Amino acid sequence: MKMLINVAETVVADALRGMAAAHPELTVDVEKRVIVRRDAPVAGKVGLVSGGGSGHEPLHGGFVGPGMLSAACPGEVFTSPVPDQMVRAAAAVDSGAGVLFIVKNYTGDVLNFDMAAELAEDEGVQVAKVLVNDDVAVTDSLYTAGRRGTGATLFVEKIAGAAAEEGAPLQRVEALARQVNENARSFGVALSACTTPAKGSPTFDLPDGELELGVGIHGEPGRERRAMMTSREIADFSVHAILEDLNPSNPVLVLVNGMGATPLLELYGFNAEVQRVLVERGVPVARTLVGNYVTSLDMAGASVTLCQVDEELLRLWDAPVSTPGLRWGM
Amino acid sequence: MLDADFFRRWMTATAASVDREAERLTALDSPIGDADHGSNLQRGFHAVAVTLEKEAPDTPGAVLVLAGRQLISTVGGASGPLYGTLLRRTGKELGDTAEVTEEQLTDALRAGVDAVMQLGGAAPGDKTMIDALVPAVDALSDSFAAGRAAAEEGAVATTPLQARKGRASYLGERSIGHQDPGATSSALLIAALEEASVE
Repeated sequence: MKMLINVAETVVADALRGMAAAHPELTVDVEKRVIVRRDAPVAGKVGLVSGGGSGHEPLHGGFVGPGMLSAACPGEVFTSPVPDQMVRAAAAVDSGAGVLFIVKNYTGDVLNFDMAAELAEDEGVQVAKVLVNDDVAVTDSLYTAGRRGTGATLFVEKIAGAAAEEGAPLQRVEALARQVNENARSFGVALSACTTPAKGSPTFDLPDGELELGVGIHGEPGRERRAMMTSREIADFSVHAILEDLNPSNPVLVLVNGMGATPLLELYGFNAEVQRVLVERGVPVARTLVGNYVTSLDMAGASVTLCQVDEELLRLWDAPVSTPGLRWGM
Repeated sequence: MLDADFFRRWMTATAASVDREAERLTALDSPIGDADHGSNLQRGFHAVAVTLEKEAPDTPGAVLVLAGRQLISTVGGASGPLYGTLLRRTGKELGDTAEVTEEQLTDALRAGVDAVMQLGGAAPGDKTMIDALVPAVDALSDSFAAGRAAAEEGAVATTPLQARKGRASYLGERSIGHQDPGATSSALLIAALEEASVE
């Protein structure tokens, strides 16, 4: 497996050095692994800190900037960051208005952010946490670690980020983040496994002519394997899986997200099918975003996320944002 | 009696065996996890070994607390907090005496394992590190060798189980038929006790 890297051990640090060079508007601490918007802490503004394993770019470092995250903590590839990174990030962005941790529901992320929250509070930072768990492919029961956090993370970070930018207090920003998560659901499919730099070969074996339905974002297999389907069939399956769980009465935001190795030509074609299903099901679409936002290294495939919005959530979604990975209105 | 040197040898022996077995741990983590357990623990225990060489705490408890803190700061994922908590809690239980008995170590480890169960919310049978650690602690009251055998058996016995915790739980029934990587690395930690005692 050929990769554009030096050695597996320095993949994250090398990427951070390159990110720093490309984005002088961010402060990138390569050694401590914290990405902070250059003007932090912004007086009176709630700080938003997220993070998780690397390999999902642009999530999360690519979403740091005005209108979205205040800081991000990249872990090793597919491994959650450590508490030291989050405590450092919280201290860097806290203006006294408190900090919201946005945490995807994976055991490692939850444990490390919990430890970090305690440590940051010991240092006098007021911390609130929101857990993102939008993946309908996982049964949320006593017999699993609960639903994974996937595409909805982008909606939570954008909408809570807009509210914080407007000066909303911590409790309000937290409530909005929770509201977005509760109204968002995702479903993903893989057409190929991904290759982590540490392993150097695909994480699971997916023969030509087959696909995995219900995958997460860590190269893990999904809930079932089937013979390859058309874009139309995949859209039917994915959107129905979501709508079985979310019965929207309001318009939805749509994210058609590439897993990293699927070209936009295919993603736009897939989006056409997703929109067709939504029309058939009578679900009005407020906004649509198509692209690679929550990726899984070089995995081929896509996920769909729907988020039901009211007028305020839609207004916050439309609010200006300026980050490496998402930018409009400014 | 076991002194600080013994505990340093235990951590160093664990670091060496994790280093040797890193590829196997990562391979086990590949079908049911995300293929990084070996490299993550390798990074963490390497940091532990380096730190213990630089700072030489003079009590068993201090060795384990320092090792646990290093793991939390360097591993990430679920393994960092879980292994870090295991060693920190065990170390705290040992207090600040210069030497401890094997029985005291076993009791302290039991408290450490309880803390891990509480933190991760896992019980025996969930296909996690607990499935190696709980039988190991029970058998350690006989001997280090018995603890080692029990941990290894416990790790192998995770193969037919369906995962209920951690990332493997997302796979549901498809997690059946794979040995749990966390239970496997836990068996390495327990096996290293025996190695430390014969040096």
